[in-house]
Amino acid sequence: MRTTEICVIGAGPAGLCAAIAAREMGARVTCVDSGTRPGGQLVKQTHKFFGSRGQFAGRRGIDIARMLAAQVEGDPMVELMLESTVVGFYDDGTLGIEREDRVTFLKPERVICATGASERMLAFPGNDLPGVYGAGAVQTLMNVHGVRPGRAALMVGAGNIGLIVSYQLLQAGVEVVAVVEAMPNIGGYEVHARKIRRAGVPVLTSHTVKAAHGTRVVEGATICALGSDFEPVPGTDRRFQVDTICLAVGLTPLADLLWQAGCRMAYIPELGGHVALRDDNYETSRPGVYVAGDLAGIEEASSAMIEGTLAGLAAARSLGYTRPDVDERLAAARAELAALRAGPKGEKVRRGIERLMRLGKEVGVFA
Amino acid sequence: MTDDAMRITVHPILEFKRGRKVKFTFDGQELEGYEGEPIAAALHAAGVRVLRESPKLKRPRGFFCAIGNCSSCLMTVDGRPNVRVCIERLREGMRVETQRGKGVLLAND
Amino acid sequence: MVVECPEEIPCDPCHDACPRGAIRPFEDINHLPEVDFDKCNGCGTCISACPGLAIFVVDETWGEAQALVKLPYEFVPLPKPGQDVVGLDRTGRARCTARVVRVQTSERQDKTSVVWIEVPKELSMEIRHIRVGGSACGVRETSG
Repeated sequence: MRTTEICVIGAGPAGLCAAIAAREMGARVTCVDSGTRPGGQLVKQTHKFFGSRGQFAGRRGIDIARMLAAQVEGDPMVELMLESTVVGFYDDGTLGIEREDRVTFLKPERVICATGASERMLAFPGNDLPGVYGAGAVQTLMNVHGVRPGRAALMVGAGNIGLIVSYQLLQAGVEVVAVVEAMPNIGGYEVHARKIRRAGVPVLTSHTVKAAHGTRVVEGATICALGSDFEPVPGTDRRFQVDTICLAVGLTPLADLLWQAGCRMAYIPELGGHVALRDDNYETSRPGVYVAGDLAGIEEASSAMIEGTLAGLAAARSLGYTRPDVDERLAAARAELAALRAGPKGEKVRRGIERLMRLGKEVGVFA
Repeated sequence: MTDDAMRITVHPILEFKRGRKVKFTFDGQELEGYEGEPIAAALHAAGVRVLRESPKLKRPRGFFCAIGNCSSCLMTVDGRPNVRVCIERLREGMRVETQRGKGVLLAND
Repeated sequence: MVVECPEEIPCDPCHDACPRGAIRPFEDINHLPEVDFDKCNGCGTCISACPGLAIFVVDETWGEAQALVKLPYEFVPLPKPGQDVVGLDRTGRARCTARVVRVQTSERQDKTSVVWIEVPKELSMEIRHIRVGGSACGVRETSG
C-alpha cells in the first residue's frame, strides 16, 4: 500500500497552492489531477486577474498556471500524478486512484480536497442539440485547443464566467449576439460587462433563452424577457441566428469525495450548493480532511489560491511540521481573504461563510 | 465549414503549438487533424458537430463539458465504444464512428 | 487620464503601475483608485496595467477640433498608424471615423496594446473602443 503524508486532490489554483505551502513546511506531498497538465481552470483564463500582488494581480491566468505548476513540477518532494482520478475515499481513509483503466490505492495521512466545481445545466427545448455547450467547454475548445466553437454565439448568464467567456469569444473571432441574464442585475463585475458592451454585445438583464432551434445542430435561438415573477413576458420573443449557445449559469462544488469520506455537509446557496462544514483552518468534520477552492465555496481563483495556501500550512502543521513564521503566514492568509471579500461584491460569499461557520458550531461539529 | 474557418490561427493573447498533421477517418470519410489533440477538437475543426445519437429517441448529440465529465460525446473509436472523444487524443489512422445508441462491446480480439 | 473604474472590487495593480506615483496607494483594495492629477503626465502606462481595461488617456489639447484618446485593445488584427478605424462609444455604437496615431505593444504591456486615436473633440469622453477593418457583424436577428 503506497503512502504519503499529504494528498492534494486537484492541481488547480487551490490544489497547487496547497501543495506548495505544505511542501514549504517540509511535508511530503502527492498531488493528483485528472487533467493532462496542472493548472485547473487557470489554463483557460486569458484575462488579467484582479486582486492584489499576492494573488498575481495583473497577470493572466495562463501565466499564473505556468508559474504555480513550475513550482511543483520537478520538485522531488512533490509527487505529481496527472491523468489520474481519485475515484474513491474509503472508510479507512484509503484513496482509490484510477489511471489508464487501472485502480491503485494510496493511504495519505492528510487529505486536502480541491476538486473544484462543475457547471450547471439549464432546461429549455433543444438544450441537448450539438452546439449547446458549457462556458468552460467553450473556453477549453478555444483557448486550449485553438478551435472556434462556431461563428455566432448566444451567451446565457452574466456572472463573471459568462462575461469573460463572451470577451474571449470575441477575441477568438466569434460573434456574440447577446448575453442574457435572468436576474435584474448582472452577477459579474461591471468592468467585464463594459468590455463587451463597447464592442457591441448587448447585455440583457431579465432575459433568458427560451429555446434552441435546429434539426441536427444549433441553428438559432429564441430569447425572451422575464417578468418580476421570472415568467416569460408574452410578445418579447427575439430570435437570433446562432450556431452556439453557451451556458454560464452557475457552478456547483464537486463534493462526491467529501460525501464518501463522511464529512458533514450543509446546503449553502450563497456558496453554490453543498459544502463541507469546516473550521478556520479549512479542516472538515472528518479529522485530517481539508477543503480549498471552489469546493469550499464558489468564489474566485484569487481566493482559491489563498485557501489552498491556508489548508496546506494547516495540514502540514498538524503533522508536526512547522516554521517560525507559520502563525504569521496563516494570519496573513486570513487577512487577504477578508480583504478580497470585504467589498460589496463579496457580500454574498460573506453571508454564506457566516452561515456555514455558525452551522458548524450549532450542530456541535466545531467549538 | 472548412478547417481554416474553425481553426484559430491568429489570436491576440495565445499562441497555439500544434503537433504534426495526421489523417484519420470519420464514418469512412478521410479527415485531417493534429496529432495529440482531442478527437472532438479535430472533428469540430472539420465541421463535424454531431458525434452520436441518443439510444431511445435518436437525438443528435455533440460534446458539452469538454473535460470528460458528462458523457455527451461518446463515439466508437477503432471499434471501441463509449470513447470520450473530448479527452481521447487523436492518433494517425484512427477510425472514428458516430455511435448510434448504446455502444456495442466487441468480443475480445 | 480617465479612470472608469465603476465599482468596488478587490483590485490594485494600477497603483503599482504608475511610474510617477500618480495613483495613490490603496488603504483598502476594494476602493476606487484616487488620482493625483498634478503628478499624472498622461504617459498611459496604467492603461495596459488595469486588468479591467478601464483606464483611458484623453488629451484635449491635441488639436483645434481633435482630441487624442489612448485606449487598451486586445483584439486582432491590430490597426496600423495612419489607418482609419471606426470609433465606438460605450454601447458599441459607431460614432465617428478615427485616425490611428500610434499603436504601442511593449513586452511590459503583456499583450494589452494601447491604441492612440484622433477623434472629434466633442466625442472625446464618448469614444472608448474601435472597430478595425470592414467587418461590421452581419445582422443575426431574424423576425421572432
